[in-house]
Amino acid sequence: MEQTYPTATPLVRFVGVQKTYDGVIRVVKNLNLDIQRGEFVTLLGPSGSGKTTCLMMLAGFETPTSGDIFLGDQKLNTLPPHKRNIGMVFQNYALFPHMTVEENLYYPLKIRKLPNNQAKQKVERILDIIKLKSFAKRRPSQLSGGQQQRVALARALVFEPQLVLMDEPLGALDKQLREHMQLELRQLHKALGLTVVFVTHDQGEALNMSDRVAVFNDGIIQQIDTPLNLYEYPNNAFVAQFIGENNTLAGTVAHLSGDTCRVSLAHGAASGARVSDIKALNESTLLSIRPERIHLNEAAQALANRFTATIRDFTYLGDHVRVRCELLDNDQFYVKVPISDTLESLQPGMTVQLGWRDEDARALSKP
Amino acid sequence: MSAAMIDDLPKLKAQLRRAERLKKLKALALIAPLVIFLLLAFVFPIGTMLWRGIDNSEMQLALPQTAQLLQQWDGQNLPSAEVFKSLASELPSAQKSGALGKYGRRLNYEDPTLKTLMTQTLRKMPIEPPSDWSQTLPQINPRWSDPKVWQALKNTAPRLTDRYLLASVDVERNAQGDLQFVAPDKKVYLDIFQRTLIISGTVTLVCLLLGFPLAYLLATLPTGTSNLLMIFVLLPFWTSLLVRTAAWIVLLQSGGLVNNALIGLGIIQEPLQLVFNRFGVIVAMTHILLPFMILPLYSVMKGISPSYQRAAISLGAHPFKAFWQVYVPQTLAGVAAGTILVFIMALGYYITPALLGGPSDQMVSYYVAYYTNTTNNWSMAAALGSLLLIATLVLYAVYNHLVNKNPVRR
Ligand SMILES: Nc1ncnc2c1ncn2[C@@H]1O[C@H](COP(=O)(O)OP(=O)(O)OP(=O)(O)O)[C@@H](O)[C@H]1O
Ligand SMILES: [Mg+2]
Repeated sequence: MEQTYPTATPLVRFVGVQKTYDGVIRVVKNLNLDIQRGEFVTLLGPSGSGKTTCLMMLAGFETPTSGDIFLGDQKLNTLPPHKRNIGMVFQNYALFPHMTVEENLYYPLKIRKLPNNQAKQKVERILDIIKLKSFAKRRPSQLSGGQQQRVALARALVFEPQLVLMDEPLGALDKQLREHMQLELRQLHKALGLTVVFVTHDQGEALNMSDRVAVFNDGIIQQIDTPLNLYEYPNNAFVAQFIGENNTLAGTVAHLSGDTCRVSLAHGAASGARVSDIKALNESTLLSIRPERIHLNEAAQALANRFTATIRDFTYLGDHVRVRCELLDNDQFYVKVPISDTLESLQPGMTVQLGWRDEDARALSKP
Repeated sequence: MSAAMIDDLPKLKAQLRRAERLKKLKALALIAPLVIFLLLAFVFPIGTMLWRGIDNSEMQLALPQTAQLLQQWDGQNLPSAEVFKSLASELPSAQKSGALGKYGRRLNYEDPTLKTLMTQTLRKMPIEPPSDWSQTLPQINPRWSDPKVWQALKNTAPRLTDRYLLASVDVERNAQGDLQFVAPDKKVYLDIFQRTLIISGTVTLVCLLLGFPLAYLLATLPTGTSNLLMIFVLLPFWTSLLVRTAAWIVLLQSGGLVNNALIGLGIIQEPLQLVFNRFGVIVAMTHILLPFMILPLYSVMKGISPSYQRAAISLGAHPFKAFWQVYVPQTLAGVAAGTILVFIMALGYYITPALLGGPSDQMVSYYVAYYTNTTNNWSMAAALGSLLLIATLVLYAVYNHLVNKNPVRR
């Protein structure tokens, strides 16, 4: 498998990587992934989908069963983990409890036998960046969760690795702190020009922080794309379901032309839609529409696809209301309605007009 | 309204106190049986035993007045005639009450000939009390004019004595009352203490060397396998100490399994002396005490996430370095606990060295048993026991200090 790459090679390349722990189940099936220098790529997926496994293979704590991983031009398969020069932030931070913050930060520099004055400079700079200078002499157990998180990050950055891996680093923080740290991480990434591979199963976090998000399921990347594209143009039913909220209606492809199609639904209804991964006429399909793209009553009048639905109940969420409707055979059809006067006239059991544009509906292959 | 609240405050406090008192009483009632048991079965007997190490009441019981007078005597030349008289008048009643017998044993520790002097003097005492006993007594036996005899008696006069404790570390008081080491040919206890420390230290070290890798294995293996191994570790607990010790004799004696196997394999010609010496003692004690090292180590290691070592490796450390610099320091609390536990238990070992060791492998406990059972010198037994207890307490204090200083707490 000797291959050469042009000079502007991606920093990380997974080429046909497979991984099985027990020889039966392939936790990672045929992974191909390129990560460019300076990119912030997130691996997103449900629990057990193989995200950590991918990260561990990259860090060197697991070996691929087959396939190759490249870091720059270097093939990683036989390079032991301590020689890879990859910074890693662990889910539980893994700060050495018997060392102070400062000693933790000096650790990678001492191992690299950096002269004292240089090491000191680097540690002080990174302490400045994470704003924990006054905590340098404390032990990790004397820090708050957010502070520990920052130290863990600093330790992974202080030796200026070419790549930083983070495995759910914000998982243990409360919501407010998590959002704050997301922002700080993002800023650090920009300021230092880092290349980051980030693992999470929180989709909000993934969309919020990443240049690109790789959605994992079943050991396969379902889609790798920018947050916007993932949300607006999901490739398949899994991605559509996993990212954001989504209504689906079962149907068959009745008419197909280029990237638009017409889907016939139950009870003789039909809707126009964009094509994502359907390949043939008469294929059974899931029509997917985001709740916020659905319009109600008067607003629906001018739209191409209009349906009559029955209101089941309401959920007040402060800035908007989620209306659960029964549409065709789906009684979990949600519509997101901004707070307004028209809302007050609606009651459970009433029938309403729902409508959406062709381009807001997507026809996805049934999984 | 706030004034009313302030008025209520004392009442509130009283209520609180009453409620607390009730709670405390309940708690006390619950632990009372335990406290009583501990007092009766532990504090009281041990206290009495330790007391014997400094108790010197024999003369005060047998010859109370003489004891008091001798304590006032300055120890120079001969005591006053009053002391002679008091001794002579108290001796017959002491013999009658039987207190003289016990005092005689006490006198033996000072000078074995004094007891005979006493009984002989008693026998030869004139029926009619003479006017001046300080003349009569030396006539009965000239030794009564020897100040050394009176000094020896004076030593037994005070209520408390440090002679047993001093003797336990090979120190005695000379005629002037100054401390000095005993004659080299009488030195035994320092050697015994040293030997006890060396054997305990060796056993602890071997336990640590064997136990650390095993505990690491137990902590890192998958649960099923590690549970199975754990049963093997705990197996010794389920067998009697005596049985295990005897088993080692069977294994290690000159016609035993080990020697036969080695001879059979042609590795040695003559059987090796593996038992009834230091080797046998250390092997058996290590075997018996190993679980006490493994268990604390295991419990600490179980709590150390493997991600620490991974973190160190990802930061560039060679796996060995990561193990040594990051893993081992986190196990120190367990190492300290296991070490101190094994060491303290080893310090007091008796049966294993007694059965598996030679004469030069007997530890302090052996001599405690010897003095209690064989020579009936309970004072010496108590003094040796006290020193052992003090050594243990000091060690425990050191351990406590180390553990509390250790910042690694999860
Ligand atoms: N050391 C291992 N031995 C055997 N199976 C493993 C091992 N590590 C992970 N697995 C299995 O591999 C699959 C993927 O695990 P992985 O840890 O990569 O998931 P993940 O995507 O990181 O999930 P999560 O979001 O819960 O962390 C899981 O089914 C898991 O049971
Ligand atoms: Mg994971």
